[in-house]
Amino acid sequence: MNEVISLNHGSGGKQSHELIRNLFARIFEIPEPLADSAVLPGNGYSLSFTTDSYVVDPLFFPGGNIGNLAICGTVNDLAVTGAVPEYISASFIIEEGFPIHDLELIVASMADEAKKAGVRIVTGDTKVVEKGKCDKLFITTAGTGYVKPGFETLSKGSDIRTGDKLIINGPLGNHAIAVLGARNNLNFRSSVISDCASLNHLLQALLNECRQIHFMRDLTRGGLTAVLHEIVQLSHRGIILEERSIPVDEPVRGLCEVLGFDPCYLANEGKIVIVAGDGEQEKIMSILKSHPLGKNSAVIGTMAEYGNGLVVVNTGSGGRRILDLPAGIQLPRIC
Amino acid sequence: MKYIDEFRDKDLIVSLTGSISKAVKGNYAFMEVCGGHTSSIHRFGIPSLLPEGIRLISGPGCPVCVTSMDFIDKAVEYSKKKDVIIATFGDLLRVPGSFSSLEKEKIKGADIRIVFSGLEALNIAGSNSERTVVFLGIGFETTAPGTAVTVKKAKELGLENFLLLSAHKIMPPVLDALAREGIEIDGFICPGHVAAITGSAIFNFLPEKYNLGCVIAGFEPSDLLQSILMLVRQANDKSPVVEIQYTRAVTAEGNRIAQELLSEVFETCGAKWRGFGLIPESGLSLRKEYEDFNAEVKIPVTISSEKENQACICGNILRGSKIPEDCSLFRKICTPGNPVGACMVSAEGACNSHFRYIHYE
Repeated sequence: MNEVISLNHGSGGKQSHELIRNLFARIFEIPEPLADSAVLPGNGYSLSFTTDSYVVDPLFFPGGNIGNLAICGTVNDLAVTGAVPEYISASFIIEEGFPIHDLELIVASMADEAKKAGVRIVTGDTKVVEKGKCDKLFITTAGTGYVKPGFETLSKGSDIRTGDKLIINGPLGNHAIAVLGARNNLNFRSSVISDCASLNHLLQALLNECRQIHFMRDLTRGGLTAVLHEIVQLSHRGIILEERSIPVDEPVRGLCEVLGFDPCYLANEGKIVIVAGDGEQEKIMSILKSHPLGKNSAVIGTMAEYGNGLVVVNTGSGGRRILDLPAGIQLPRIC
Repeated sequence: MKYIDEFRDKDLIVSLTGSISKAVKGNYAFMEVCGGHTSSIHRFGIPSLLPEGIRLISGPGCPVCVTSMDFIDKAVEYSKKKDVIIATFGDLLRVPGSFSSLEKEKIKGADIRIVFSGLEALNIAGSNSERTVVFLGIGFETTAPGTAVTVKKAKELGLENFLLLSAHKIMPPVLDALAREGIEIDGFICPGHVAAITGSAIFNFLPEKYNLGCVIAGFEPSDLLQSILMLVRQANDKSPVVEIQYTRAVTAEGNRIAQELLSEVFETCGAKWRGFGLIPESGLSLRKEYEDFNAEVKIPVTISSEKENQACICGNILRGSKIPEDCSLFRKICTPGNPVGACMVSAEGACNSHFRYIHYE
């Protein structure tokens, strides 16, 4: 490991994983598998518990701001474990000189998003630091919710089987491109807005109706690729991905072609991958497609019996390649 | 998406691979010179579509990969100066120098800004008049005209705090060096975007002098496959010529305006290439009229002797004599997260492309 922290350690890729495994999890003695949320067994119930920090730059971007992002992210981290998100805490690190008007806008959008998601913000903390000691505003949220009975193993990945289908609830990369466009330094303006959304109602509807959902994970930093690699590691299987089936909006695709990005690596804030038993994909797809946050859902791949954790892509033009975990910095401070 | 999907059409690809299979008579090796081609070839899984007899070898056309270590060492020296802002394309940040890299200096506090164009670097100079911006100019005939425009504009604006550290290079001398060494290939997949600027004629010496076929190729899978088919046919007929596959961008004359800009601002000079050493007349340095913008003239820096990792075989890979999997460091010590050589840093580097897109069981 490098001697000092570099931006690469925050990229959600290989170096992030190494830092978490080799430093935090080792010293805190947190057992594998490591996930965004901990599922804690209680007396007759399981509690899901998560925390996340938000450092997005700029604070306001098309489709949202750091405030609703901080609620959606935590709600989604809970919901994919099969939990019903209930309580949220919110901590603010604010740079001296930050406009109170902006803070009010951000806090109002948090309240609004919490209302939509049906969660309550119940506690928090505020710190102010000298000018230049942090960049405008950082927010940390934490959240809890009870896991629906019968879904205690959902976030472990132990239910994933060969032949399971991978389903995604819509196009990739909109959040990353929206934030990038708002930064101004690329001198492009686009119609792309962030996909930032709380997915808990949609996921609860799915879990109420379906019995063969074997795993779910929200796609954030590191994009689809990071989650697919988490899936192959947890399941000790491989994935065959059909590039042609992966939904990407035209403006995002165009910008990716120009800027040299792969949409599979771009950050999202309202997208999940569902690993589902082969027999239930149609039912899941129909529920997803009838919901505004899932209307562009697609089946993108299949779990395969490959031993060593490979994600193989059948390219749109008929070739084959692998999809590797992102290494090095993608785009800093995207969430 | 228009201008993309039609070139990735599966039926077209199947028909092209069919034609290639029919055309092959034995074994062929072709070198894709351009790093953009290397990246496309692996991203689209082109090797998996080709018959076994065809081998593609990566060449010296990734600008980051061929940048000599002393250039990085100089950039590192500039970055250590308190009144200097380094403006650079993101790719250079992680390239290891002898003792440091720009990324390491950035972590220590050097002011290094990632830009997407030279003009962005000019804007930084405009809004930081008390400091000097050193722009790291890198790339072949494709990107050098952009730098030429930037330097001309700096002169027009009378900016005194904008300097260029140039690692710009031109393509023909290195191809000449490779051909003279007697590289064992049946033809070159020539760089489409270089040729869009220079015109196709710069490659004429390859068939004429060395009997090597050339097809100037586009970057989509059907472009690459069609170019390979054209090269196979040239090799079969033993009639090497320069052909343009990438006709939607490349002409025999090229982009005259860009060529004039290049020769107005730059002159050729000897340049060091990783893997080749000094190649005469292969680099671009600022002409005397633009000397005020030459970082090495205005603020000379001295660097100690270069130190390369002896186990790294980037040099051989760039010359096409080795592939990444031949390297004892590849995937073990040298990864995109911990690159030992430049070929692992750039997305266009052979090692990086092999690491990301190919997995050998």
